[in-house]
Amino acid sequence: MAPLTMYEKIWQAHVVREGTGEPPLIYIDRHLIHEVTSAQAFAGLEAAGRPVRRPDLTFAVMDHSVPTRNRELPVVDQDARLQFEALERNCKQHGILLFDMASPHQGIVHIIGPELGITQPGLTIVCGDSHTSTHGAFGALAFGIGTSEVEHVLATQCLQQSRSKTMHAVFRGARPAGVSSKDLILALIGKIGISGGTDHVIEYGGEAIRALSMEARMTVCNMSIEAGARAGMVAPDETTFAYLEGRPFVPSGQEFQEHVEKWKGLRSDAGAAFDATVELDAAKIAPQITWGTNPGMVTSVTDRVPEPGSFKDPDQQKAAVRALEYMALRAGTPMVDIPVDRVFIGSCTNARIEDLRAAAGVVRGKHVARTLKAALVVPGSRSVKAKAEQEGLDRIFLDAGFEWRDAGCSMCIGMNEDVLPPGERSASTSNRNFEGRQGKGGRTHLVSPIMAAAAAIAGHFVDVRDLGVDVSE
Amino acid sequence: MEPISKHTGVVAPLDRVNVDTDQMVPKQFLKGLTRKGYGRVLFYDWRYLPGEAPNPTFVLNLPRYQGASILLTRANFGCGSSREHAPWGLLDYGFRAVIAPSFADIFANNCRKNGILLITLPEAKMDDLFERCTATDGYKLTVDLPAQLITDEQGLEIHFEMDPYGKQVLLEGLDDIGLTLKHAPEIAAYEQNHHPNATMYRPVDAKTALPAK
Ligand code: SF4
Repeated sequence: MAPLTMYEKIWQAHVVREGTGEPPLIYIDRHLIHEVTSAQAFAGLEAAGRPVRRPDLTFAVMDHSVPTRNRELPVVDQDARLQFEALERNCKQHGILLFDMASPHQGIVHIIGPELGITQPGLTIVCGDSHTSTHGAFGALAFGIGTSEVEHVLATQCLQQSRSKTMHAVFRGARPAGVSSKDLILALIGKIGISGGTDHVIEYGGEAIRALSMEARMTVCNMSIEAGARAGMVAPDETTFAYLEGRPFVPSGQEFQEHVEKWKGLRSDAGAAFDATVELDAAKIAPQITWGTNPGMVTSVTDRVPEPGSFKDPDQQKAAVRALEYMALRAGTPMVDIPVDRVFIGSCTNARIEDLRAAAGVVRGKHVARTLKAALVVPGSRSVKAKAEQEGLDRIFLDAGFEWRDAGCSMCIGMNEDVLPPGERSASTSNRNFEGRQGKGGRTHLVSPIMAAAAAIAGHFVDVRDLGVDVSE
Repeated sequence: MEPISKHTGVVAPLDRVNVDTDQMVPKQFLKGLTRKGYGRVLFYDWRYLPGEAPNPTFVLNLPRYQGASILLTRANFGCGSSREHAPWGLLDYGFRAVIAPSFADIFANNCRKNGILLITLPEAKMDDLFERCTATDGYKLTVDLPAQLITDEQGLEIHFEMDPYGKQVLLEGLDDIGLTLKHAPEIAAYEQNHHPNATMYRPVDAKTALPAK
């Protein structure tokens, strides 16, 4: 038999029908839903009189619009409240498990899926959210869908899908101290561009990836969509199995061992052919900072804001001019000379316990710069929050002048009150620096958690490796 | 979903690469519970000045492009968020077709589900269309889906590629869910075969799986 990639193995195991003039129909093992992209889907079901086929494979959470403080009070944002109520009603009516704002398991959908063990190797996982690619870190095929597709999955537990191409992104060598998984993925996006992965599923490999924790692999896979890829994945290994064991939705005992044996077979066969391969030398990657208005507009902390003329493509030159204008940056400015107004440590990219530990390591015993308007830490889930508090991380952040919030998407998207005001500049651990993403007129620089923490202390970007704190994690 | 076959309309040029769905419908408008009404807020931050006064420099606000129903734009249109509010906004504003060198993946699916015709053309052909559109006031195109042809009143003829299924869906305004539900026996058979022994699939019992608070 011809050697197969992991993507092909999972794909083949999920084809319900194929080759009939209609696109292939694939089965969906886990469907995650949230308040922003599901209401219209349920309304569609209702209008057509269709039931939810597999409520037992559907999981709901409130995350995008939730307030991150005063959770015990009624939600003041009327529209958000109506969304929450609609989700609650829909879940109740169809028998879907919902983690509402009061649930100890509540959090950002891409954080709680793995945390609860809903996410497992070999599964197909979809959610009406582009960062569903996160779950691929477990060797699952996970991708974002639109609301009409949400409705399709609710009604049929299947999805019409065309087969993707495969890309192998290989990170050779060892990642230096102070360089995090966020820097690996930003460097890749900088190299292949924000449409470099279009039509592809990226499998990440190489020594630098194998050495990553599950949390860090999730950060990498999370931003696959920022390279335009349909999904990202990492082959499951001992790190994966150790993370999964004992999680609520993961089978236990003998059954777990049997699963592990099968999961081991998921990795791409030796000699499996990818449609594209890209290689990076992890040892040569420095901490990354975006300077523009998409995640591909990124450079090393040791570098300067680029000259638009340095880009070959005229469209890219125009885009760079526009981006510098929006970002109020001058070409040639050293990245470390850029001041920041606000710091946001959060989002489905970088709000797991490991991210908070790393950031706390940088701020411990220090204080945020006086020039800073605010610094927020928003744990990705209530479990992360509880764990961090157990470890005393909340005290470290609070003593350093950070705000310590409840779990949600928060300033990653600014659908609640946590927005970046016009003209202000943020160091953010989230995944998108589009115009207005964190707030109309706001200027976002994407960085790793330790780089964000360091910027908070200094009041401008700094190379975290120069701080003299241990960043080897 | 409204079928689309042959459509003639005013063309608006949005000469930018990588237009993301956050720009089409910004986050503050994602709190609706219906699929309607997003046309007013389409390209909100570009289209309006503070106080919602139209920004006179934004292309869609120029008098010559009023009533446009065909959008010309650049590579990687629709990247970013999976929000279907973006195609809902385009459609509600009046766009039935978008022509670009490439589209982001989830966005393209979302458009198909909403009856928006996406046409992919090589860069050189795009440049030609941009030129024609900016040179002639009230420039119109006709997109003919059955013939897979773009024409204008000056004798232009451009053939475009289209996958046969996508074409059929748009022409007939097909209900994908209805189609898939016709395969219910095959879905049930798949569920049977993959439960409980297959690697990839294991039913979850939420009530027993979750620890007590
Ligand atoms: S944290 Fe940001 S990117 Fe992640 S799901 Fe929430 S809004 Fe989307």
